Amino acid sequence: MRIYHFSEEPYPDVWTPDRPTLRVTLPNELCDPKRANELYHRYVDEWMLADQLGFDIMLNEHHSTATCLTASANLMLAILARVTKNARLLVLGVPVCNRQDPVRIAEEMSMIDVISGGRLEFGMIKGVPYEIAPANSQPTRMMDRFWEAHDIIVKAMTTHNGAFNFEGEFFHHRTVNIWPRPWQQPHPPIWSSTSTPANAKEIGLRGYVVGSFMGGIDETRKLHKAYAEGYREGGFGNDVPVDRFGYLAMCATANTEAEARRRADMIADYLRTNAQVADPFNKPPGYFSVDAAFRSMRSPNPRAFRTLVTPKGRPVELSTATLDDFIECGIAFAGTPDQVFEQICSFVDGIGGLGNLLLMGQGGHLNHEETVDSITLFGKQVLPRLKARYAPEMKFAA
Amino acid sequence: MTSAASDGLTTIDIHGTEVQTFVGGAGPNIVYLHSALWLGDDTAFVHELAKHGHVIAPLHPGIGTGKDKNNTGSVDDLAYLYLDLIEQLKLKDVTLVGASFGGWIAAEMAVRNCNALSRLVLIDALGVKLGEREHRDIQDFYGTPDSELTRMCFADPARGGAELRSLGDDDLRRRLRAREALARYGWQPYMHNPRLKLRLHRVNVPTLVMWGDKDGVASPDYGKAYANLIPGSQFELVKNAGHLCHIEHPATVASRIQSFAHNR
Repeated sequence: MRIYHFSEEPYPDVWTPDRPTLRVTLPNELCDPKRANELYHRYVDEWMLADQLGFDIMLNEHHSTATCLTASANLMLAILARVTKNARLLVLGVPVCNRQDPVRIAEEMSMIDVISGGRLEFGMIKGVPYEIAPANSQPTRMMDRFWEAHDIIVKAMTTHNGAFNFEGEFFHHRTVNIWPRPWQQPHPPIWSSTSTPANAKEIGLRGYVVGSFMGGIDETRKLHKAYAEGYREGGFGNDVPVDRFGYLAMCATANTEAEARRRADMIADYLRTNAQVADPFNKPPGYFSVDAAFRSMRSPNPRAFRTLVTPKGRPVELSTATLDDFIECGIAFAGTPDQVFEQICSFVDGIGGLGNLLLMGQGGHLNHEETVDSITLFGKQVLPRLKARYAPEMKFAA
Repeated sequence: MTSAASDGLTTIDIHGTEVQTFVGGAGPNIVYLHSALWLGDDTAFVHELAKHGHVIAPLHPGIGTGKDKNNTGSVDDLAYLYLDLIEQLKLKDVTLVGASFGGWIAAEMAVRNCNALSRLVLIDALGVKLGEREHRDIQDFYGTPDSELTRMCFADPARGGAELRSLGDDDLRRRLRAREALARYGWQPYMHNPRLKLRLHRVNVPTLVMWGDKDGVASPDYGKAYANLIPGSQFELVKNAGHLCHIEHPATVASRIQSFAHNR
């Protein structure tokens, strides 16, 4: 099992529950560049520590928001490619539907792969609904655009005999010939993330790694089953290696349960603030299908962020959930090293195996000292046990 | 937009694009292109028009549920689609009426070919960029809560009709399809074609530009400047009306169109 340390590089100083939005239209006069400078350096230090402790590293990007200062994952990846030594560098992911130029993505990813000596894990994602407006990108037919961008990126990374021509429905390049080519051959491992079985199957058909975020045991198992169906249909074999699955949860470790819970509660502000988006930007036209938009209009709480069901069948709305709700659902692991180990094993066994555990080990107001203590305890006392228990060659037990 | 409550829709296949179309009334030909906005219901307006002529009112692809093997995806596509519709139905002396987004399509048709047209009527039409680059000529439908958008579209929001949530299932789905289709056609450049203003001199039929005096989406000043780009056009305000003035005052707007069309 690989275990990734993840932070969104939040700027939590201005997070107050009374703000109608923390995204899209929040004026940047609230962002003090000196404070942002401290935070960037701090988060890089934490990723470097994670590298030393044997973690791999995950990052993503968001735009026009106080919840995430990583406005370009590629820029941060370029720094980490230089200052870390061993960690795999996972971006989950590059929002390819919000990029004008897929060839530029192929170039930048190849650069990062080469600078890091082949440590890139390359996630391509659609992009979140409320970042359609900051990117001013067309919200309809996004998945058609996604797969066309994917095709040109993969072809750019794998074509080595000179320039090729591409005149698609969405993207036009008459002379594609990227330098450098990627270190890893034929290309860095490709990931994508989803929360729907239909997309999971699409990802399985291509044999890529599927990442899912905080879906709990039931939802994640369903996704992995759909993935396996696609994987088999794609001709990759009957047994699905668990390294095809990544799952993101929040995690806090401390010497006492009370302290770990206090830390996890701060990290959980990540989820609680997710719903703080001004209304019209939350549901751009076409981003969700007409059927999904219809169901949302008919639901009793159309502003709900996401509802999960606990293993005991109790529904939990994530924007208002308690820490115990999160732990029960398997979207937060919190406690002493032994408790965290047990919670994770119970989750991983419950979903039929997992090759990539993505842990948000910093979030919200969790400060540097707390983060360092939490990931150090995890790195020294939990990580080796997980690696011993879950061998990378394990297969998905549906 | 045209409601399902309209009389039965006829499906017309135009070179592979099935267009669900309201056809009704008798007399001179009136082709009406609806706004595609998901607020309000223009059934009453369509019926008023049908008192004065033979009305052909297509639902834009993506809003209607006809099959579309051509993936109609731009206003350029729509302009040619409806010019083809006029040709296929062998319509002559057409009074072409477009409201809001439909007005943009109508203007794009007229700059391409006015041969089958006798009159052009633009109602609070979108489609041109007139102000400075940092000035928003046309309010952002997708950055505005529906409650605020309703106030921009109707001088009296009570005339905007029921809230989306309280609509029947079919009607709600149609409105949601409209919300998506309008984005497909007009997302970027936002609700305009930067070249259209350079082409409006080509319109060579008598043109009436009508505008809600309280249009909060595109101001009456924008409407006046738009009309000034069309040779010989008339500009008139509709009193006590927002952006969707034809839905607020269906009889008034329809009878003004009738008198304009018959004054030859």
